[in-house]
Amino acid sequence: MTLASVLHGKRLVICGGPGGVGKTTSSAAVALGMAAAGARVAVITIDPAKRLANALGLHELHNDPVRVSLDRVRTNGTGVDGELWAMALDPKRTFDELIDHVAPDAERAAQIKSNRIYNELSNAISGSQEFTAVSKLFDLERAGHFDVLVLDTPPSRNALDFLHAPRRLSAFLDGRALRLLMRPTGLGMRVLARGASPVVAAVSHLSGGDVLADTSSFFRLLGEMTDDFSDRAAGVDRMLRAPTTAFLLVTSAEPHPVDETVLFGRTLVDGGLPFAGIVVNRVHEPLGRRPKASRSDVATLLAHRVSPELASRVAASAEAYQSLARSDALATARLRRAFPAEPIVTIPHLPRDVHDIDALWEIHAHLFQARAHIRASPRRTG
Amino acid sequence: VTGPVSHRLIFVTGKGGVGKSTVAAALAIASARSGRRTLLAEISSQTGAQHPFVPPGQIAQEVEVEPALLAMSIDADLAMEEYLQIRLGRLGGVLGSTRLFQALTMTAPGMREMQTMAKIWELAHPERPAGTGDVYDLVVVDAPATGHAIGLLRTPAMFAELARVGPVAKGSRLIGAMIADPAFTGFVAVTTAEEMAVTETLHLRDALHHDGLNLSAVVVNRLYPDRFTVSDVEQVQDLTADPADAVHSAARAAMFEHHRARLQSTQITRLRAHLAEPLVTLPFLFGDEADQCAHRLADALNDAWPVPAANAGR
Repeated sequence: MTLASVLHGKRLVICGGPGGVGKTTSSAAVALGMAAAGARVAVITIDPAKRLANALGLHELHNDPVRVSLDRVRTNGTGVDGELWAMALDPKRTFDELIDHVAPDAERAAQIKSNRIYNELSNAISGSQEFTAVSKLFDLERAGHFDVLVLDTPPSRNALDFLHAPRRLSAFLDGRALRLLMRPTGLGMRVLARGASPVVAAVSHLSGGDVLADTSSFFRLLGEMTDDFSDRAAGVDRMLRAPTTAFLLVTSAEPHPVDETVLFGRTLVDGGLPFAGIVVNRVHEPLGRRPKASRSDVATLLAHRVSPELASRVAASAEAYQSLARSDALATARLRRAFPAEPIVTIPHLPRDVHDIDALWEIHAHLFQARAHIRASPRRTG
Repeated sequence: VTGPVSHRLIFVTGKGGVGKSTVAAALAIASARSGRRTLLAEISSQTGAQHPFVPPGQIAQEVEVEPALLAMSIDADLAMEEYLQIRLGRLGGVLGSTRLFQALTMTAPGMREMQTMAKIWELAHPERPAGTGDVYDLVVVDAPATGHAIGLLRTPAMFAELARVGPVAKGSRLIGAMIADPAFTGFVAVTTAEEMAVTETLHLRDALHHDGLNLSAVVVNRLYPDRFTVSDVEQVQDLTADPADAVHSAARAAMFEHHRARLQSTQITRLRAHLAEPLVTLPFLFGDEADQCAHRLADALNDAWPVPAANAGR
């Protein structure tokens, strides 16, 4: 099974994984590959590296997809049938747009947007990027302008935050806290304002009165919209579970990212989410047929061609590379044991940085043309 | 050069994937070796992934892992309970477990970060206000990656602003004052010599400046050795077409390393051009286990950045 066949017919590809593994590049390469196959594709990213952003035509945050020019990409004659669009997400703006969308009128929307709790909430890094990314994805999906949406998930404390953070924030916004406040007394927000319950009094004492006053007015403003938030949360959940959705995990071959990826993959499988495969980025592929040749053997061989002194430096360099190649192979094997049924594709560590469309095309070729490795799974337990 | 070990509290941050945790551990090891009682505090990520230095099953406790070196994982929920117990006694414990309280507090954005900062303040405090733990000469915080670390550091100011009056406002200001004291608190950025990581380091420096804080140092991790001259490279390049498998594969490995080393040197130049802060470089370690790696880096850190002997009178 290849990555191309796994992603065939998918409308939504979510690229998740730990930070610093080349997720943005991989997402863009996946989008490029699906565009090459004829689809109209949009890749949604947060905070891409400057030169990659420039390559994608993202000179500023538009918060709407812009068309990426592929006229000059060197495709060796295969050409690109579809379209590639790219968007850099502006979390604060997306949050404001969401409020505009769910508020009953412009006045109510303005009140919420000027509330201090709302401003802290929408500017906070933790959770709001994940929440807005999913929210934007939901709107783009419903608008239906694209055949395929590829989401580069935001950099997070850990990969799983992408699944948990929007749910936490949705729970906060859809008024579960509010309902809990209402339920025990039936007196609604007046209880909060008066500090009548001992719990509320204690929280009020600890936090300072203004916080609760702002929180209560925030929830009061949101009050009429809680059904919209609940509906959206349910819609997002359906979207993430749809058979046309694919979660692709991107990792490097280093021990910590691999640990996180195994955990993330298991969480997807346990949660019944459509886990499509793993991309292992920046892999040191073995060079040559005898990678286990010792350093001194290599140095001796090389000394027939260059000075013994240079030969020994080249041999030292080769030994260092082979040790990286060995540990990368072990890490990839570990992922294969953990996920015997899913395709695992490796992208070699290129000797240069990826920051133009031609380099993206090269990455895409590794992703889509290399046959993904699937092991027969005699040891699969279940 | 005394290096950041002269501080009492150090936040170590950087882009994801640059080896931040390992460098934080190396810094703590180097400090402990100089005789300082040192705590390496990781912030619980709730991934279940094991931190290389925090013993399993010992989350949220300070555990001695080597002479003078303790490690712990800060858990926001437990920190909240501790805070409530200190302030409200047994009632605090009861309060913390009610669903209403949890709905109001721990789901609120920023609350986990606030509790984490409060615990860091308590750990680094010369008097340990919780009244249970050791006093440390140095607390090294293995902070989250850049964006989240900036959010974490800004949380006390945000709460002080939101609450204005009351115990939370007062506590937040105390924590903010500790963070802002350059003699007490330092910030170390870890980066690799790659474009995005360097850009993020410069952003971090600017974000800290914006809040009146300064980087103490930048640690450039994983530098490839720069083994070859221009004339070497010409010869090695020719060998990549050699018919002998072992020869051309060794030559290709050497060329790969050379290209990477060249790219890295461009980024080091860029860092030096844009940063006034001291730069410390650490070598790429090939094929070591994570903990061994931290010890090797501690050696390298000690060489690059002489750690002064502990003041015995303290």
